[in-house]
Amino acid sequence: MIIFKNIIKEYNNGVKALNNINLHISKGEFVFVVGSSGAGKSTLIKLLLKEVEPTSGKLFFNKKDITKVKNRKVPIIRRKIGVVFQDFRLLPNKTVYENVAFAKEIIGASAKEIRRQVPIVLSMVGLSKKANSYPNQLSGGEKQRVSIARAIVNNPTVLIADEPTGNLDPETAGDIMDLIMQINRRGTTVIMATHAKDIVDSMQRRVIALSKGKVVRDDQRGVYDHEV
Amino acid sequence: MTMKFRILKSMIKQGFVGMWRNRMMSLASIGSVTSALMILGMVLILILNINNVTNMTKEQFDEIHIYLKEDITDEQINTIEDEIQNYEGVLSVVFQSKEQALEIMKNRWGEESDLLNGLEENPFPQSYIIQLEDIKYADNVVSNLEGLSGIDKIKYFKDIVKRIISVSNVIKSGSLIVIGILMLISIFIISNTIKITVAARKKEINIMKYVGATNGYIRGPFIIEGILLGTIGSALAVILVDVAYQYIYKILNNRLYVFVTSYMVPSDDIFIDVVIIFMTIGIGIGILGSIISLRRFLRV
Repeated sequence: MIIFKNIIKEYNNGVKALNNINLHISKGEFVFVVGSSGAGKSTLIKLLLKEVEPTSGKLFFNKKDITKVKNRKVPIIRRKIGVVFQDFRLLPNKTVYENVAFAKEIIGASAKEIRRQVPIVLSMVGLSKKANSYPNQLSGGEKQRVSIARAIVNNPTVLIADEPTGNLDPETAGDIMDLIMQINRRGTTVIMATHAKDIVDSMQRRVIALSKGKVVRDDQRGVYDHEV
Repeated sequence: MTMKFRILKSMIKQGFVGMWRNRMMSLASIGSVTSALMILGMVLILILNINNVTNMTKEQFDEIHIYLKEDITDEQINTIEDEIQNYEGVLSVVFQSKEQALEIMKNRWGEESDLLNGLEENPFPQSYIIQLEDIKYADNVVSNLEGLSGIDKIKYFKDIVKRIISVSNVIKSGSLIVIGILMLISIFIISNTIKITVAARKKEINIMKYVGATNGYIRGPFIIEGILLGTIGSALAVILVDVAYQYIYKILNNRLYVFVTSYMVPSDDIFIDVVIIFMTIGIGIGILGSIISLRRFLRV
């Protein structure tokens, strides 16, 4: 469902972030993207989110070349992709419920739909009791759960997680991974960029390793690092 | 339908919140719109009144007086009259003999008319007084007359009207420049004000982007903020201009300068026009200001 074909991304300052990337990610897959800082993980994600345009190459999403999509249509693509960030990116002046409802309001959902679906998603991430709390009253793990709830409330086909456990202690990180796995089991494709070796090694999932803008490894049941 | 309405409602609310959040800049924006429109208002009223005066006095200016040469023959006089009758826009042609001219002058001089009795011969030339349907025909008629023989002098009052028009043109173009500059300043200030709101909501906008909000949805509140600033600015300008004009009108009336106010356009007649013009321009400035700031700072 996601195909990178000869993707090259060179930034205006001359940095070649991605150098001829060819990837095929199927529907329902769980993929880790690993690599040191500057290897091109972020650029890969930004390309999917249409935040940056590739210098050359094609990027198919649901059989459609999204490099040719007009700006006006970009929101339509983004609605099919849920995103979770390392720093959660919650709105501090909104409650947990409002933060999740916000994502539905934006796409013009009716009040009825919002009232029905937000509690379902909140219970899925285990935050029903915190619905009326504000982000500053939550722990890191809880904040990440809210951000996951927000990412999936519009039923995306793909969940992109950019270092979702980067700010969490190992135990909480494990809980978050369980939640992401649960979402994956429901049929959502998950692409997760991470530095967390132990998580990658324990999950035994597909691992795409990037280095200097190139795919250096793509194993179906991979680990973080061969050499070590 | 209800969905659109709900979105609009929340956008308007956010627009107000944005405006309130940076009150000082909002005040500056409103002030700049108000001052630009107030000057526009003054010029507008001035021009309207000049137009009014020219219209009301035009009737007095739609005469052409031609003086005939001393040695003109009766035959020539007749051809001139026939010729003039055929010109476009000529209402009537009245002949004035030397005697009639002297008589008119005597009446005008009144008591001092005795002085005229001492004249050895009548110095007044024969003349024609041409009444025009409208002053706009004056130029054509005059240029035709210049081609006729036997005419000594052509006198008409277009000159005065011309001067009034040229003065009002100078006022118009001069103030147009000032208004244009003030409007640009207003747009600039508004775009800066909205830039601040955009910066304050950067995080929110970022999240909206990722969740798939359309550009319209993201931009809406900022455009509404601009519209609000423009609307408040123009409403203030309407009130100030109207109050000021009514005040001047009243003062002139009270001091018995009725001859002045009779030439002035009553404020009720122009109120609606001023409201429409001001609101359109005010809202336009607001929208432009926000679009400019969004173009540069809201790449979505």
